[in-house]
Amino acid sequence: MNIEDFPMLKQDIIYFDNGATTLKPKQVIDKMNDYYSNYSASAHRGDYDISYKVDQEYENAREKVRKFINAEEVEEVIFTSGATESLNMIANGFFKNILTYQDEILITTSEHASNVLPWFHLQNTIGCQVKFINLDDNHYVTLENVKKSITPQTKVISLAGVTNVLGDARPIKEICKFAHLNNIFVVMDGAQSVPHRKTDVKDLDVDFLAFSGHKMCGPTGIGVLYGKKELLEELEPINLGGGMNESFDSPDEVYFKELPARLEAGTPNIAGAIGLGEAIDYLESIGMDKIHEYEMELRKYAMDKLIEIPYLDILNIESDSGIIAFNVDDIFSQDVAYYLNKYNICVRAGNHCAKILKNEVGVKNSIRISLYFYNTKSEIDDLVELLKNKEKMRIEMI
Amino acid sequence: MDENLRREIILDNYSNPKNKYIPSNEKEYLKVNTNNSSCIDNLDIYVKIEDNIIKDICFEGEACAISTSSCSIMIHNLIGKTVDEARKYIENFNNMLNENAYDEELLNEAVAYNTIYKQNNRKHCAYLPYEGILKILNQIKENE
Ligand SMILES: Cc1ncc(COP(=O)(O)O)c(C=O)c1O
Repeated sequence: MNIEDFPMLKQDIIYFDNGATTLKPKQVIDKMNDYYSNYSASAHRGDYDISYKVDQEYENAREKVRKFINAEEVEEVIFTSGATESLNMIANGFFKNILTYQDEILITTSEHASNVLPWFHLQNTIGCQVKFINLDDNHYVTLENVKKSITPQTKVISLAGVTNVLGDARPIKEICKFAHLNNIFVVMDGAQSVPHRKTDVKDLDVDFLAFSGHKMCGPTGIGVLYGKKELLEELEPINLGGGMNESFDSPDEVYFKELPARLEAGTPNIAGAIGLGEAIDYLESIGMDKIHEYEMELRKYAMDKLIEIPYLDILNIESDSGIIAFNVDDIFSQDVAYYLNKYNICVRAGNHCAKILKNEVGVKNSIRISLYFYNTKSEIDDLVELLKNKEKMRIEMI
Repeated sequence: MDENLRREIILDNYSNPKNKYIPSNEKEYLKVNTNNSSCIDNLDIYVKIEDNIIKDICFEGEACAISTSSCSIMIHNLIGKTVDEARKYIENFNNMLNENAYDEELLNEAVAYNTIYKQNNRKHCAYLPYEGILKILNQIKENE
């Protein structure tokens, strides 16, 4: 779908690394160029016309995000540099202040490093415990296993909506419902889910949500921290400085602004936020449900063919996203990636920043294909043709 | 070099790498880990040096065809050399990778990588085992 909107796709490439970052449509690039070319001023300084326009566009983008994730209030949307920063703010700005050494944080081995290390840091500084929810035979999270992992000490569950390694979707809504009955907060890492499927924070009832613009057709360097208002009010700003203070007459007379400004110190990534707003418009013009449906159709198309190749070890035959992970028997994943690269096919080899492969699946790394709506069946045909010829692969992998 | 020969050398050393195991008498070896931050190659290299001579090298780990084969060829070439000779060899290999003047004679099968500079992302793979060895050689220099 919509291939013609993507300048990158005018090159002779097949881009299957959408889990890492996505390509940008012309609309987003133009929107950012427009800011840099026609009203390039700072925000929150509406003293002159172009600056006023910046304010409007920047806050407009925030409203677009609010609507996109169906947040109750626009103040619940904080612009950050990406999912990683959002998760660090949640851990260090909020949970660090309310957890004690007796408390437990629940995650899984399939979380991305950005949803592991901030919690490890809390364990190392305040002494709380990071525990892992057992995964089922497919390495997926079930509500049953969440229930089994919870103890009276559990205070937070932090999970990716969709994981970046096996692409499994988690029953976040059910988990939230159960967690809240037990006074447990739920943090959702939406980096791999928000770009690909409808996300409704009210319906899910998550307490916090983190995601990145660049994985959803938006620019790099911009992301979102969503939090329920009463929780964000308690989130202590880690960055202090311009833009977030009301007044600072002396060290004991420092007053911060209200949300969202309080959590956005410094000159913001204006072009990034405006670009992200445009990316949201773009995705919505296609429709999130349609994007998800199309990706699932593409995945099934690919899987039906890949499964026929006897020497492929597919790690996630079933999964509810456009992520396919596999290995080729006797060929190191990186060599497969190099081979495909010779035919301008971009795939990722590695452990994908998660411990799951080593700890649970029993392989150290894999090749990952991650699809988006601009991928096509014909691209998958090209990939399958190349993978079907193992002898050629062995000869051309070096 | 003929393309088929090049491929044969690299694939032979990848499929049957020299000394790919952890030495049983590990205590007699110096060990170093070498990995590539831009990809997933990760090797442990074990070196036994006596009287300034490299007596043995083995390695273990996960790495691509280029790193693994390059490590195997490096081991073939370095065992028996003095530390100074080893340094010269490494410098020579590095010169080849970076398109500087080099002495083909010294390199034996390692000349198979003389066109790898064309694939920037693989140059580091070929050099990775050498980085590991250099760390060890520099360690002994400091200890002297
Ligand atoms: C599941 C998941 N969480 C978090 C992140 C971190 O996103 P970013 O690097 O944009 O901050 C990623 C990115 O790869 C991811 O896949």
